[in-house]
Amino acid sequence: MSHATHAAAPHGSRRTYLIGFLLSVVLTAGPFWLVINHVFDPQTTALAIIVAAVVQILVHTVCFLHVNTSSEGGWTLLAYAFTAVLVLIVIIGSLWIMYHLNSNMMPMMGSGMDAQP
Amino acid sequence: MSAETVPDTTFFVTEEEHHDAGGATLLGFWIYLMSDALIFATLFATYGVLSGSFAGGPSPREIFELPLVALNTAILLVSSITYGFAMIAMQEGKLGGTKAWLAITGLLGAAFVGIELYEFSTLIHEGATPQTSAFLSAFFTLVATHGLHVSFGILWLVVMLVQLSQRGLHPENQRRLMCLSMFWHFLDVVWIGVFTFVYLLGVL
Repeated sequence: MSHATHAAAPHGSRRTYLIGFLLSVVLTAGPFWLVINHVFDPQTTALAIIVAAVVQILVHTVCFLHVNTSSEGGWTLLAYAFTAVLVLIVIIGSLWIMYHLNSNMMPMMGSGMDAQP
Repeated sequence: MSAETVPDTTFFVTEEEHHDAGGATLLGFWIYLMSDALIFATLFATYGVLSGSFAGGPSPREIFELPLVALNTAILLVSSITYGFAMIAMQEGKLGGTKAWLAITGLLGAAFVGIELYEFSTLIHEGATPQTSAFLSAFFTLVATHGLHVSFGILWLVVMLVQLSQRGLHPENQRRLMCLSMFWHFLDVVWIGVFTFVYLLGVL
């Protein structure tokens, strides 16, 4: 572990930025290409673009935001992991609960995904 | 503050570990960004729940224009790397390079906001207003909150350009630029979620 105190600052090298940028271009262009050209069936495409988004978020976190185990003595990483857990609970929990409420409370609207009056 | 005036039985830390002030600010700003992420999480959750409630209004497939979204995504991604180059120029102590890259980043950000406003005005002219359906309310809230963040980022960028012109690359300005760097890259991370979950999954 290096002793340099200002290594905590979110610096980066030209190389990390370029690697991050190239990976991001691939992970952005890929999903758009899949969706516009209808390469796979909708379910496979949905899975593929969600995976690409998660990977790209991680790439941005490492290459652009420079989060690693040693920045700020690990506190940025800890805060990041904690926030990620909260974000997942809020989003997945809301979707799960509201999906079940919809299917239990509004039978004429089906699952709520095709609610056309 | 001298140590000998303090008795041995103190219940507080008399000698703080001497971090430079920049480190504390950067960590604090990071915590702010994480709380901002929670705001976006609630907006994403709201959109996720309401994204099927059209109330007779248009569906995502009818109103989203993917080429425009792809253009906006590209602009924001390029603005991320140009901000990175500004940070590298700052590390090398090049004031001119830093200002030039920052100005390019600001222009790209302005283009992003401009295209988004154009998209919004097109939607509203087509009758897809926030009042039309729960889906559109959630859509406009989520995307406009992100756009508002980018707009404030541009404002901050302009302020930093003025500060750099007046005072150069002194440590305080460097610290501010690092905070803005995190802010700018964070907004790009949020946009990954927007273009994936709102636009791409919407038209699927």
